[in-house]
Amino acid sequence: MSTLALPRSARDTLPLLRDPALLVPLVGAGVLIYLAVLPLFMLLLGSFQVEVAPREFVYTLKNYQNAYASEYTYSTFRNSLIFASGSAALSFILGTLLAWLTERTNTPLRAIFVPIAVVPLILPGVLESIAWIFLLSPKFGYLNVWLKYLFGLQSSPFNVFSLPGMIWVHSVGQVPLAFLMMVAAFKSMDPSLEESAMMSGGNTWQTLRRVTLRLLMPTCGSVLLILFVRTLESFETPALIGIPARIYVYTSEIYLAFNEYPPDYGRGGALAVGLLVLSAIGVWLYTRSTKEGKKFQTVTGKAFRPRQFDLGPWRWAGFGFLMVYFVFVVLLPFLVLLWASFLPFFAAPSWDALQKLGLDNYRYLGGFRPFWEAMKNSVILATLTATVAMVLTSLVAWIVYKSRLPGSWILDFLAFVPITIPGIVMGMALILLYVAFPIPIYGTIWVLLIAYVTRFIPYGMRSASGSIMQIHSELEEAAAASGASWWETFRRVTLPLLRPGFAAGWIYICIVSFREFSTSVLLATGESRVLSILLFTMFEQGQVTVVAAIGILMILTLLAIVGVFYKISGRVGLQT
Amino acid sequence: MIEVKSLVKIFTDGSNAGVRAVSQVSFTVEEGRFYTLLGPSGCGKTTTLRCIAGLERADEGEIRVAGKKVYSASDATFVPAYRRPIGMVFQSYAIWPHLTVFENVAFPLRVGKQRFSGDEVRKKVRGALEQVELSGLEERMATQLSGGQQQRLALARALVREPQVLLLDEPLSNLDAKLRERMRVELRELQRRLRITTLYVTHDQIEALSMSNMVAVMSAGVIVQEGSPRDIYLQPKSKFVANFIGSTNQLNGKVAQVGGDGTAVVKTDEGEICCAMLNDITAGASVVVVVRPESVVLYRQKPAQGANIIEGKIGAAMFLGEYLDCTVELGQNILQTHQPHSLQVRRGDAVWVELPAGDCMALPAEQ
Repeated sequence: MSTLALPRSARDTLPLLRDPALLVPLVGAGVLIYLAVLPLFMLLLGSFQVEVAPREFVYTLKNYQNAYASEYTYSTFRNSLIFASGSAALSFILGTLLAWLTERTNTPLRAIFVPIAVVPLILPGVLESIAWIFLLSPKFGYLNVWLKYLFGLQSSPFNVFSLPGMIWVHSVGQVPLAFLMMVAAFKSMDPSLEESAMMSGGNTWQTLRRVTLRLLMPTCGSVLLILFVRTLESFETPALIGIPARIYVYTSEIYLAFNEYPPDYGRGGALAVGLLVLSAIGVWLYTRSTKEGKKFQTVTGKAFRPRQFDLGPWRWAGFGFLMVYFVFVVLLPFLVLLWASFLPFFAAPSWDALQKLGLDNYRYLGGFRPFWEAMKNSVILATLTATVAMVLTSLVAWIVYKSRLPGSWILDFLAFVPITIPGIVMGMALILLYVAFPIPIYGTIWVLLIAYVTRFIPYGMRSASGSIMQIHSELEEAAAASGASWWETFRRVTLPLLRPGFAAGWIYICIVSFREFSTSVLLATGESRVLSILLFTMFEQGQVTVVAAIGILMILTLLAIVGVFYKISGRVGLQT
Repeated sequence: MIEVKSLVKIFTDGSNAGVRAVSQVSFTVEEGRFYTLLGPSGCGKTTTLRCIAGLERADEGEIRVAGKKVYSASDATFVPAYRRPIGMVFQSYAIWPHLTVFENVAFPLRVGKQRFSGDEVRKKVRGALEQVELSGLEERMATQLSGGQQQRLALARALVREPQVLLLDEPLSNLDAKLRERMRVELRELQRRLRITTLYVTHDQIEALSMSNMVAVMSAGVIVQEGSPRDIYLQPKSKFVANFIGSTNQLNGKVAQVGGDGTAVVKTDEGEICCAMLNDITAGASVVVVVRPESVVLYRQKPAQGANIIEGKIGAAMFLGEYLDCTVELGQNILQTHQPHSLQVRRGDAVWVELPAGDCMALPAEQ
């Protein structure tokens, strides 16, 4: 046996390494460092390097000078700031209003608006932007055309290719997120706090203004912060609307640095480091504010039956708002995509256009190979990412919350790090990593898999750790006492008990992977192209009605994946 | 058979870091016996059990289960829980909610080294369920069972592998009083029938006294007294054991005189009391005289003769169904007594109590 040749100390530690309860944490830490820390390290390194001759680098601060002391620095900074704060504010206001009307008032039919408010989540950001270009483009946007016709206007009232346009488009895509967070906040508020305000003689509006909103202040702050950071990191709207409009933000600057010839990796890296730092500060402030929020203990984990505000006749105004939101923000983008997908060329709804409707676009896609390749890539990536990320985070969550190993908090931290990495920064970092490393995965879907898994680990952690903590440790100990080894226990007891959290996390990661754009835009090339990137390039080439058809098929595929998963996980569970 | 030698367990993380949860604990459970670790919460009884199960890794000492060394600090032996010949019932039952009754019991047969055919599994599971009288419920989801049924299910699961020893961690504490009483009897019957070596952990003295062949009372990580239930109850060796097992009255005093036959006369606030005593007590030592409430005899008139007769007044009388919990105010102390509920007394009535010398025990006063 080869072990006999080992020195005594090494022989002693070997059984420890064979013990899965110790091996798994070590492997977990290794994987997380590889996924989350290594790319960031390479990014940092690359941002200080300049290639002076092929494969020969010198270390310098020149990249930072190019990135932050150019004539565009100020305008990029200004655009980013306005875009991010404007979108955060608008989506927060809309989301909060929706959440309040549906959760806390007697607005008619409010219950059916709760699922409706979340529906836009399945509309990928790229499609959201495309749909709103169809609606608000100054040249051909349907809303502009109609308004001009209705009121006899000379010029288009709306121009989507502007900062306000970008803010609007990005905000409506982000409203579901704000809505969900505010619903949670409203739900967990102790109604007796408001009731005592009413008992003290406060009327509806006074109670709302002086108690409800004041109590929600810490939550509002952290929701705004997260919306701000997410907008800063987003690239869909900046790519589809910002770049044609020559309104550049940080993410588009990074993209352009990569797309100029020759690509300026150094400047891109320096910009990416800046964006990373901004995002990290945002996340740090967010975690700090939520921790401090706990001190107030107004919004606890307890579920209350919330009080309903009686809006009186104003409830019809609330109903009107919900209807307007539903028709214009939720329904219209879908309808306009559907309509355009049946048109041979882009045209406003009219009797004339109605004659031309047909399935030509879909027929064309049937024989269009790049579409099928992208579809295959997207489906494989979405399902694989969701599965890999959930298995990985289930293991990590188990280590963090169950193993009682010293230092397991480090794993928790490592699994949280990716949340600070903006999508495009992740793409940049992985390019730098795999261009430098001799692993031939650059240009394949595997690099995308790595990128997606890394980015969505924090989401997986959230659902996995939530359900891991609910599993009584005696359930696992009983398996050990019944003779089950560590793996058998994990597979037969822990994993099945994790099923609800696993399924929820799986579906969420599947959806966000399927619609992912900002990482893919740098990493998906040629054969590894995914649907969102195909949409982007074909839209740039002007095949807008085919793009609409792709978009419709994309939404249908997403719904199908989710449906199939629900069915499978409901029937056989995850034991097999 | 379970042999535990000089077991030490120190917690290094979590809320009770640095605590010596188990300190130099040694005991032996003979083959086929029912042995109970009894003590208040935090005394180290569950930790000891978990070390034997292999769910905790001890820091010092040695553990043998069925003659096989499963843990030893000196040669770094540690057999993981799933390789030990044990069956265990947990306090929360730990019934897996995602499996049926049948699958819960079949689990130990489906994992581990020894594999069984489908027929064998069915046969063994049916046998185990019969033993705990759960036949017919195989296809139910485990969560649909009542508390008592879940408890039986946990027992069937622990027994199905035919383990060498059975470990029970406060298995009855989640049941209501009526059911607990019944399960006590059933559990003991089952253990007798199977003759399985059993280690039982509880904080409930009635469970310990009624079920065990042997009881070890633990406190602060050490075994303070080991003996048969009768010894533990009637001859506690320390104030702690006397207090923990059953309710007890205590009178402080000094030994006035030591008799040759293990008796002593103790001078207390209420006068001199004749009582039994531990061997190592000398004249002049500070002692506590303990006497059980049910031993105290109450008289309405002063009895003509007898030792240890003290005059007092009725304090409070509480009707508890089985008996009357009646306190008697002596000069300095209040005595708790159990009297038949036919007794008619009122607060303030003058009474005389007799503390039968055979039922009084002098124990060393703790510093």
